[in-house]
Amino acid sequence: MIMPNEFKHHQSAHCENGVATSLLKYHGMDFISEPLVFGIGSGLFYIHIPFLMINGGPAVSYRSMPGWIFSRASKLLGLSVTRKKFGNEEKAKAFLEQKIKEGVPVGCQVGVFNLPYFPPEYRFHFNAHNLIVYGKEGNDYLISDPVMEKVTKLSEEDMMKVRFAKGPFAPNGHIYFPENIKSVNEETIRRAVVKGIKRNSRDMLHVPGPIAGVSGINFTAKHIRKWREKLGAKKAALYLGQIVRMQEEIGTGGGGFRFIYAAFLEQGAAILKEDKLISISDEFTKAGDLWRTSAVQMGRIYKGRLDEQKYYEECADMLNQISSIEKEAFKRLLKLDLKY
Amino acid sequence: MKKEEVPQDKSALEKVTRELMYVKNSDGKYTTDLSTGWDVKKEALDNAWDDINERVKEAALAVKNGEKSPVAYFMELKLMDIPVLSGYTGFWGFTIKRHMKPSVFKNLSEKKLNIYAKAFGISVDELKNFKGDV
Repeated sequence: MIMPNEFKHHQSAHCENGVATSLLKYHGMDFISEPLVFGIGSGLFYIHIPFLMINGGPAVSYRSMPGWIFSRASKLLGLSVTRKKFGNEEKAKAFLEQKIKEGVPVGCQVGVFNLPYFPPEYRFHFNAHNLIVYGKEGNDYLISDPVMEKVTKLSEEDMMKVRFAKGPFAPNGHIYFPENIKSVNEETIRRAVVKGIKRNSRDMLHVPGPIAGVSGINFTAKHIRKWREKLGAKKAALYLGQIVRMQEEIGTGGGGFRFIYAAFLEQGAAILKEDKLISISDEFTKAGDLWRTSAVQMGRIYKGRLDEQKYYEECADMLNQISSIEKEAFKRLLKLDLKY
Repeated sequence: MKKEEVPQDKSALEKVTRELMYVKNSDGKYTTDLSTGWDVKKEALDNAWDDINERVKEAALAVKNGEKSPVAYFMELKLMDIPVLSGYTGFWGFTIKRHMKPSVFKNLSEKKLNIYAKAFGISVDELKNFKGDV
């Protein structure tokens, strides 16, 4: 049984970063922060998956695949993440109880549809939420959900429901925790920051195909120009709303994760003693601000105040502009040819 | 985004939590701040819910008119789509689509009805006896 006082809750913008940050801090990595985990884990991304619908709208994402950020960051920091999934609910429960007995806080992937402490308005069938279980009191698990200001609790029954939510990205009781944690020296941190930046730049600039990376943003822009005519004003407006929600909803830190990445580059500048990173960080702040400006414009359309093709074109133009800002920024990052 | 620009609008998260945002302080350095919500995204969420409520109403009407079975209605009511319902029931998508026909639904075995009722978190009676009146 973990003494609840030993585990410290850290609120973060994003759930996966937050679980990673809190668990690494728990294991003594005091230097770690959410932006560092996100940047070292090459978390910034963009993808618009055609033909796939989420809640009846377009499937866009502003970050890399669930699970990748923590795995990549851990690898670069020289530790490993043990992951387990279960076909059997009882075994999944037994494993969690075992870890609690051992005094090991663990990350759990859960669905939010049955997550009782979320407001009903937010409870969709979204299965890639993450939280930490750090102990148990009677029938209740002690929960540190990184997006919440304070710690919370989940009953055994609710825990089972959220760990075995079904549908796309079904968690299947997915549980994970870092192992083989060694003390990390400064060179390892510098190397991790450099590698994280390089990988993220390559991913955003050179991922093949038109739907992902900086070209993926233009792909969405191209679609936005057609939506009004193709889908009618009502559905087109709903689609824009979906884009805004994916970009700004709880977990993004605002501006589709661009602000978190800018914060990472600022911290990276101090770690690598490389001032040029600061001005590139400013470019991501600019990109994040523009994402938010585009959200305001899209908002005017779905609130029904504006309804003409030219306003859709304006949104699309902003996305094209964002794409070129991010493209230039990542090119500059690669050009720095950072050393560690 | 600057710290003083962090929106503090009303949202569904009120009394639940505030959201962490990454913002620049007056020295131009990154820090974090908490936001109660932002109208722009609240409206997006409200719109999405209006759409859901409309779809639920349409599904109820379709059941009432004998065009769809209660499976179609409860799927909408529980915010599911075919892939999610397929995950909870273990039925293939095309099987679920067949079960949405009233003629097929009325001959479903008790066992299959039970699977649907469990997926929707309702009783078999509620499922069977739903006539489209809401």
